[in-house]
Amino acid sequence: MTIFDLDFMRYALVAAVMVGLTAPAVGTFIVQRRLALLGDGIGHVALTGVALGFLTGTAPVATAVVVAALGAVAIEMVRARGKTSGDVALALLFYGGLAGGVMIIYLTPGESTASLNSYLFGAITSVDATDLWVIAGLAVAVLALLAVFGRELFVLCQDEEVARASGLPVRFLGLLIAVIASVTVVVAMRAVGLLLVSALMVVPVATSQQLTRSFRTTMALSMVFGVLATVGGLTSSFYLDVPSGATIVLLALAGFAVALGIGRFVRRSRTGESTA
Amino acid sequence: MSTAFDMTAGQVTIDGRKILRGVDLTVDDGEVVAVLGPNGSGKSTLVRALLGVQPLSGGTTLLYGRPPARFREWWRIGYVPQRLSVGGGVPATVREVVASGRIARQRRGRLTSSADRQAVAAALNEVGLSDRAGDPVSSLSGGQQQRVLIARALAGEPDAFVLDEPTAGVDSGSQQMLAETLSALVERGKTVVLVAHELGPLEPLISRAVVLNQGCKVHDGAPPTAVGTHALPGHDHVHPHEPEPAETTLPGWALAQEKA
Repeated sequence: MTIFDLDFMRYALVAAVMVGLTAPAVGTFIVQRRLALLGDGIGHVALTGVALGFLTGTAPVATAVVVAALGAVAIEMVRARGKTSGDVALALLFYGGLAGGVMIIYLTPGESTASLNSYLFGAITSVDATDLWVIAGLAVAVLALLAVFGRELFVLCQDEEVARASGLPVRFLGLLIAVIASVTVVVAMRAVGLLLVSALMVVPVATSQQLTRSFRTTMALSMVFGVLATVGGLTSSFYLDVPSGATIVLLALAGFAVALGIGRFVRRSRTGESTA
Repeated sequence: MSTAFDMTAGQVTIDGRKILRGVDLTVDDGEVVAVLGPNGSGKSTLVRALLGVQPLSGGTTLLYGRPPARFREWWRIGYVPQRLSVGGGVPATVREVVASGRIARQRRGRLTSSADRQAVAAALNEVGLSDRAGDPVSSLSGGQQQRVLIARALAGEPDAFVLDEPTAGVDSGSQQMLAETLSALVERGKTVVLVAHELGPLEPLISRAVVLNQGCKVHDGAPPTAVGTHALPGHDHVHPHEPEPAETTLPGWALAQEKA
């Protein structure tokens, strides 16, 4: 029996490809903007959204998108103020999101924190046809927005002051990247869980930048690494009978370690040539 | 003749500290103005406030007759910040950074045009970095990075250039290159406002000098002679060829410095 014989695995594989493409694409801008942990913050806030879904009887993905987007906007507004206490304010929001989620789920009749487990750690094999349409729609929207605004986002993430002196709508673009990130977090939530979501936004980018020279190839290669990690992790978790989310992230980290070694070797041999 | 920049009683307060205390400054089209003064006198803040990048706490500033919030012709401005921001470590090539200088001339959702490509190639050529176009900017020396920033502004083909300390921490070769680039701009009738600690090889190009001290304008007119600049209050001598210590060690930085 192969994994393609099972409906749920076919759905899971398609979802894995979507997540593997979108998370690193957004992640490239987020890392360039020095906000590598933004995904973590949004993930914590999204948990309150998931719990609200249970409480109100609506789809947790829908409530998670709304709450995560609001959280991302709040984070961006705190950041844009540029006060030194910005990171503390962000931390408060993260803990509030996590504690809020746990409290709301406790107050929901018939639910317990165990209901949150699949959202915290991922349950990609539970994706059904409807989920798949939602995930695909969100992923396409994210990639389309990045394609349209990519040039402006590059300038913004490189140097905000230069973006302002070029007449770019800096506040709008800052909110846009925050909202795109929050949608991506919710898309990736099903695959690796809210606690590991940021790994898929950051690790493939960190892997890729060991080997590349340009922004464009860094982004493209990180998307390749992202898909390798999600699809490879999902497949091996199926055959080894281990949790998929953790396998995906561990595989991505292993890829980083290998790229780090290769990158060091290549740079050393290049320096050797030029000094020789 | 129109006015490029027009600040009236410009005040800037950052964290309760007054950085600019009511500065009047008008720069007409085609002028080459140097903003001089000791460290901490508010030079950088003044030019950033002129552009609206740094909000004013009092007074007004106009770009070609409009306040920054209502200014639409941003392609007319080429801003060269003090140093290249390397972002969060995501690599970018020299060409990518220079090409981003076209942003004010590009329409959202449109592909890069041949005019964009030509302007980028010309800008790279003008600063002598055509052969490094495919290299990551982090592998360049401080002086070369400064040239990348100038090429980014050149690529936008603006009317007015605003340069924040283009000579600081730059080797003498790059300083000479900068002087040549600037004199070409002056010949083409471009407006230039530049912040400098000392003018060095730029001195013959300057048509007017504005000297700041503790956030106030103390001189506006003919550029002071080299001796005069050195005699300014609070002046401390900085060797232009002495590389400034980088905040973080960039990969290949030390090597590039040795080569430069």
